[in-house]
Amino acid sequence: MKTRTPTKTNNLYNDDKDFDGCSIFGMMNLEGKRFSSRDPVRAIANMHDRGNGLGGGFAIYGVYPAFKDYYAFHILYLGREAKDRTDRTLAAAFNIIYDEEMQTQPANVKDPPLVWRYFVQPKKRQLGSNTEDDYVAKKVMRINTETGKAFVFSSGKNMGVFKGLGYPEDIADFFCLEDYQGYLWTVHGRFPTNTPGWWGGAHPFNILDWTVVHNGELSSYGINKRYLEMYGYKCTMQTDTEVLAYAVDLLMRRQHLPIDLVANILAAPLWSEIDTMAPEKQTLHKVLRQTYGSLLMNGPFSIILAHHGEMIGLTDRIKLRPLVAGTRGDFLYLSSEEAAMRLVSPILDRFWYPRGGEPVVGRLHIKSTSVAPVNAET
Amino acid sequence: MKTYLIPEYLVDRDKERCIRCKVCVNQCTYETHSYDREEDVICSKDENCVNCQRCVTLCPTHAITIRKNPNVNRENSNWTYEVIRDLKKQAESGGVILTGMGCDKPHFTYWDRLVLNASQVTNPSIDPLREPMEIRTFLGAKPDELIIEQENGAMVLKTELAPQLCLDTPIMFSAMSYGAISLNVHEALARAATECGTYFNSGEGGLDKSLYKYSAHAIVQVASGRFGVHPKYLDNSAAIEIKIGQGAKPGIGGHLPGEKVTEDIARTRMIPTGTDALSPAPQHDIYSIEDLRQLIYALKEATNYSKPVSVKIAAVHNVAAIASGMVRAGADIIAIDGIRGATGAAPKVIRDNVGIPIELAVAQVDQRLRDEGIRNKASLIAAGGIRSSSDIVKAIALGADAVYIATAALVAIGCTVCQRCYTGKCPWGIATSDPWISKRINPNIAAERLVNLLRGWSLEITDIMGGMGINAIESLRGNRLALRGVGLTDNELKILGVKAAGE
Repeated sequence: MKTRTPTKTNNLYNDDKDFDGCSIFGMMNLEGKRFSSRDPVRAIANMHDRGNGLGGGFAIYGVYPAFKDYYAFHILYLGREAKDRTDRTLAAAFNIIYDEEMQTQPANVKDPPLVWRYFVQPKKRQLGSNTEDDYVAKKVMRINTETGKAFVFSSGKNMGVFKGLGYPEDIADFFCLEDYQGYLWTVHGRFPTNTPGWWGGAHPFNILDWTVVHNGELSSYGINKRYLEMYGYKCTMQTDTEVLAYAVDLLMRRQHLPIDLVANILAAPLWSEIDTMAPEKQTLHKVLRQTYGSLLMNGPFSIILAHHGEMIGLTDRIKLRPLVAGTRGDFLYLSSEEAAMRLVSPILDRFWYPRGGEPVVGRLHIKSTSVAPVNAET
Repeated sequence: MKTYLIPEYLVDRDKERCIRCKVCVNQCTYETHSYDREEDVICSKDENCVNCQRCVTLCPTHAITIRKNPNVNRENSNWTYEVIRDLKKQAESGGVILTGMGCDKPHFTYWDRLVLNASQVTNPSIDPLREPMEIRTFLGAKPDELIIEQENGAMVLKTELAPQLCLDTPIMFSAMSYGAISLNVHEALARAATECGTYFNSGEGGLDKSLYKYSAHAIVQVASGRFGVHPKYLDNSAAIEIKIGQGAKPGIGGHLPGEKVTEDIARTRMIPTGTDALSPAPQHDIYSIEDLRQLIYALKEATNYSKPVSVKIAAVHNVAAIASGMVRAGADIIAIDGIRGATGAAPKVIRDNVGIPIELAVAQVDQRLRDEGIRNKASLIAAGGIRSSSDIVKAIALGADAVYIATAALVAIGCTVCQRCYTGKCPWGIATSDPWISKRINPNIAAERLVNLLRGWSLEITDIMGGMGINAIESLRGNRLALRGVGLTDNELKILGVKAAGE
């Protein structure tokens, strides 16, 4: 039987990559208090026309407090046999603490696949010299390329991605998101131009507890991808978003660079700005561009990155895609459009248009016990 | 022996236009034109004409037309005019047929079969006249990652970068030695490189002391003859280049005949006046890769690790594996010279048959270094047959960090690619050491023409980038999605790492 790789499914015509326009929305309680799907869903539904029904999704942090010590895998299957095979792979690599079919209800979505949820723990004996995170990341890559019919779309601890083919408000319906709570939500409505859309191709894109929702098309995709391949990443999905997620994974998780500098790599300051910086700062930024020039994300993008304890909004350095930010009480909002933000919080303490390449970073004020530590691997 | 070679070109002179000013007589270094005082008429020896267009360009009344001699042998796809001519030449001389400049055959050029991309609808193109466009390029080894520590709230960079060259535009002047070209040309290149924020390359004949003031923009070569290599020479440079090979003549050494070795050239090359300057085919202290490593580190030691060391090779069959070895041997920069690379003198049979096209070589080297995870350990320079800004954009999209140009630079200052550099009588005053002819190049004017060329090309590069929606050159470098192939086989596309147009 002919297998369909994620690449083929996502990019039917073998285009250079998929081309998207989108809406993005992020909402975080900086005290770590969990809240329901009501506001995130209303906000993204308000930007309905920025999507075309070919993809919507949510990332929710703090969603599985009862299982917070275990990696939560959400896996979609395009066939029963793929599940059998993947179950064997999982059983060999992990202690499966609990698994079940994902709770869903009939909704206005197209061709829903079988979606399964697992809570797993890496088998200590098999870790070798890997950290748990590295081990899990490798296994996820393996499952995603092994059968071509199984796709891990969520793999972090105490967080979950829920996404699929439909408008985001319908995806929320389908996954019964009204039953979940989290302290940080990011949301995406998708407008792809060259893919029929499939469940795995929707955003947020995830690896471990990192997620990205993204609006844009990277003109630099060709070199971003080739640079990441040098570090062992396989860009199976051929989306800009995947490249962004891997870049962040490489720079933050593997190379331990702080987010401010990562923002200065992905959306580097212009040489004309660097040339006028104070000497030490100038050297730092010069060396950043010299070393990581291939990770400059050129062309239009606005993204919301998240992992436990942090939500980061960023646009390309000349701001070719929209992003607005606002705060109200303990809440930080990021949105493609101001109207969506004003809908859920008509009054804002602070509202601003971040400059191109200038990151907006929301950090938890205190580490609530219901939330995993910021650096999960340490 | 009577020659069976008929003149390649015929000189037509419009007698009504000709004012007998004798400019052509004075300008032709091949003595094609002569003035007959008694008849008050200018005559031509057609067999001397190389069609360099010097007289045509300078004739004040445009009285001269150079025509290709229509008398050619019967057409034959195998026994072409060129083949038959070469056979006759050799039958009469019994020697190697020499030539100058790069391979003039059409079948090695891939640039013309690659097309570029532009943004439409799904992402915006950028207007380079209104938005910043960045083409600044750094050459040298880059680390795998940076170590940055936070100390008292400040970010402190713990990684020290290897020495780098900073280019304001990704175009450098390739190696041309003093001796092969005149001092005036060397000086023009040095001045233009300085003004444009890029680099010129001394070539293998040393650097005249008068040019030391341009040392911040000089790459000095250490070649097999070691001409002019001494501590001050190494110190008066921004980078050092070990020359292993040259695209026009891979595996072949060089020979500057004694008659060209004037007193000044002899002093710079550190050899006696009038002696032949012979560059051996190999570097006799480099018979293998570990020997290269020793020379690289000897030069780094000699300059206290203060400047990058480049290694230049000709593009040959196993270029990717060789380049990988060079990076592992410690080269900070790899310069690759393709089969269309030019020369002041080379056997024609070598020039036209040995080596591979630069496009394929750059694509393969870049990919191999990535496969091995060492692409960042060295920068890659493409050389040999770069004719235009679009060639440069394509080279960079294939994976080059920067390019070397030489023929294009010489054309900018007068050269017409007549391929007679080896005679030393260049009527344009470029490829000569004759002090009288060299005066035809005014370093000020030549430098201005070179600066104009680099400025024009740089503007065109930013135009192309803007169209693609890219505003920094690092997003173009190695971005092969910017390219598509037209009329290429599947295998050629695979080697180039690009898709077919329409795909």
